[in-house]
Amino acid sequence: MAEQPSTTAWRRSVKLPSERGSSRLVTDDLLEQLGQHGWPPDDIFAIHLAAEEALVNAVVHGNRLDPKKSVHVECEVSPDFVRLEVTDEGAGFDPGSVPDCTLEERLEAPSGRGVMLMRSFMTRISYNAKGNSVVLEKRRGDKPAEG
Amino acid sequence: MATQRIDVTKTGDVSVVRFRDRKILDETAIQELGAELFALVEIDNRKTILLDFEGVEFLSSAALGKLITFDRKVKTSKGRLKMCGIAPGILEVFQVTKLNKVFDIRPDAAEALAAF
Repeated sequence: MAEQPSTTAWRRSVKLPSERGSSRLVTDDLLEQLGQHGWPPDDIFAIHLAAEEALVNAVVHGNRLDPKKSVHVECEVSPDFVRLEVTDEGAGFDPGSVPDCTLEERLEAPSGRGVMLMRSFMTRISYNAKGNSVVLEKRRGDKPAEG
Repeated sequence: MATQRIDVTKTGDVSVVRFRDRKILDETAIQELGAELFALVEIDNRKTILLDFEGVEFLSSAALGKLITFDRKVKTSKGRLKMCGIAPGILEVFQVTKLNKVFDIRPDAAEALAAF
């Protein structure tokens, strides 16, 4: 008999070192939990993408790979809802200042797509006033918005 | 020593590149991938290249950046680059970022090869 998806919410707090590749310390468990909670592959792809972008931004741009700084991550996975909060110890940034990468003149810029991908693939994302903490939320079955 | 990230074969005049990683997200892997791709143009002087993404399940925005730079290098050297075999989720990433307007994307290798 097939295993029934878990109906209980999974919550986890993780403190990540500011080093390349550390995002896996969150994403490995997150992907496993999404599977156990019966999330469909399209949604898992979207959440994985957004989580990866948020974590890499925090480690590389936020904490600038400073070994004295950590990234704090709060995860929640339910059968129909996922929430991730990613906070770095950097100076923060203004997400409104990131240029629109879909403008004709920016299309071939090699960077600056992370925030847009998070916005497109999640139901809702929000930054704190300082700009060093982002909350990502996804409701099951939401489709990505085209840019 | 760097890990090999791609395999390159020839079909007629076209260099067909396939990726060894199912998930292209680790920054070191992306740097190594970029170096191997750029060498195709800058060292091997290849002009007609197909990137076949068959088997690739995931790539991050850092990997997109490498693909954009590679595309630009090929165009600068008066070469031609096409892509194929892209999984639906990754195709959605290309559509959301409008990179489907920058890259020449074909559904599969047969169609891409015929289009060169």
